[in-house]
Amino acid sequence: MDENHAIEVKRLAKGYKEVPVLHDVSFSVRPGTVFALLGANGSGKTTTINILTTLIKADGGSATVAGFDVAAEPARVREVISVTGQSAAVDYILTARENLVLMGELRHIADPQQTASSLLDKFDLDEAADRRLLTFSGGMRRRLDIAMSLVGEAPIIFFDEPTTGLDPQGRNDMWQTIRELAGKGTTIFLTTQYLEEADRLADEIAILHGGRVVANGTPEQLKAMVPAGLVELDFIDERELVAAQTALSAGHELSRVDSKLVVAGNGSVSDTADMFIRLNKAGVEPTGFTTKAPTLDDVFFKILGEDKEEAHASSH
Amino acid sequence: MRALTDTWTMAKRSLRHTTRSMDTIITVVLMPIALMLLFVYVFGGALGAQTSVDYIDFLTPGVVIMTVISGIAYAAFRLAMDMQKGIISRFRTMPVRPSSVLSGQALSSTVSNALSCALVVVVAFLIGFRPVPDAGAWVLAAGLVLLFILATTWLAMFFGLLARTVEGAGAFSYILFLLIFISPSFVPTDSMAPWLQSFAENQPLTPIVDTIRSLLTDGTPGPRFWVALAWAIGILVVSYALALVAYRRSDPPQAVA
Repeated sequence: MDENHAIEVKRLAKGYKEVPVLHDVSFSVRPGTVFALLGANGSGKTTTINILTTLIKADGGSATVAGFDVAAEPARVREVISVTGQSAAVDYILTARENLVLMGELRHIADPQQTASSLLDKFDLDEAADRRLLTFSGGMRRRLDIAMSLVGEAPIIFFDEPTTGLDPQGRNDMWQTIRELAGKGTTIFLTTQYLEEADRLADEIAILHGGRVVANGTPEQLKAMVPAGLVELDFIDERELVAAQTALSAGHELSRVDSKLVVAGNGSVSDTADMFIRLNKAGVEPTGFTTKAPTLDDVFFKILGEDKEEAHASSH
Repeated sequence: MRALTDTWTMAKRSLRHTTRSMDTIITVVLMPIALMLLFVYVFGGALGAQTSVDYIDFLTPGVVIMTVISGIAYAAFRLAMDMQKGIISRFRTMPVRPSSVLSGQALSSTVSNALSCALVVVVAFLIGFRPVPDAGAWVLAAGLVLLFILATTWLAMFFGLLARTVEGAGAFSYILFLLIFISPSFVPTDSMAPWLQSFAENQPLTPIVDTIRSLLTDGTPGPRFWVALAWAIGILVVSYALALVAYRRSDPPQAVA
């Protein structure tokens, strides 16, 4: 295996029926780390995962997993990876236990039955273990799907939007599972739409937008690019809003969204206090204010530059 | 060795599917049996006059082939279902040979279709089917039926892998149904319209039905044994290759997301 990269992607390109999905995607993942590919729907996350997991072929560029080229040596890649896709890839006619044993037998592990039992226990499925999946809830199928990916303890695991569609409890359990795997030295590649999720789990994040990696770095590096705290101010009329704009423009970064004024800050108390003091001194009284945590959109807007409207339109 | 164990693992999975959808299997066997009764008791009086042997003896090989045609559609349906549910995508990211995934399905389809055929023959026997008492001929006939099941199962799996929807997976079997009717399975070809006769005599199902019939009613393979064998092996080889290509080329569900 390559000493420095568990996954290395260079200038990857892929289109469907002439519509380009990935233009020029490059990034690398160090062994034993958690890497998050962050992007909105349609940004090309699943296409990237499908290429890395040997399901589809790229049109251009190259990718290696554990040092093996995904196009030239797909069989070697499949020996070292495990994948959980967006929809539960389970067998609905078999029972939960049979699904896990099937995975164990196909991966030729020593004791498929024993592994199945311990995973059923770990994922809280032991009561439903011998029921067919047709009777399972969506959340139970998802848990089984993830348990199936853990059979055989692959050194590199891919999760495509692992928490999409999960309730808060399920999401917490999923995060816990990923942390445990990372603690054991497994390399984890995950995709997500949520900045918060990438922030909590990943050692490194790449932001995919319009088929390109528009930013790449540790969560701290990325967060440093956007204001940590946003305050939205409401005013009784346009005159008051303009007055506030004048009062704040010296010390704060401002933007207008409809009839609201959005003030970007670093999220600290003193920074926020400074804003209100300036308003107070100018004799401007907002009718209301709300504070907002930065979202993925904010990171996009920041990175993609000035034309917010266009960036917003294309990210949906 | 590993390919063989994987094939067996996949066959076990597939056999579980089969035993857990008994209603499908029963429907598969009931239709040919109902048609057999219909042909024997409704049309048999009229049609039997044109055949050189008892009508039930004439009819049974064709009904067996029809049983296979109605049974293999299940393999296409299962495979299309697996594609849609995404479990094929999971297998394709695992260290499992494509041929093992498909051979497992083929093995289980062959076993369940062979059982269906045996059941149909038992019913035929109950209503008067009397093959020649020649074990060698029986074994040869059974071997040809098994080969035909295997070949058409791979053909069915190819169509199952191509199908865009689960509902569309079984559509190919209508063509095979048409072929079985335009063959000497239920009536001799010389009673058909002249322009249809040459097609009916030269399409692939005809030498297969004729050979099985010859083995069971005459104890000899008949003049077209090698033609029948060549068709069965030809369909098997071509379908096997096509199915593997279709499996490798199949896109995962929701490729653009």
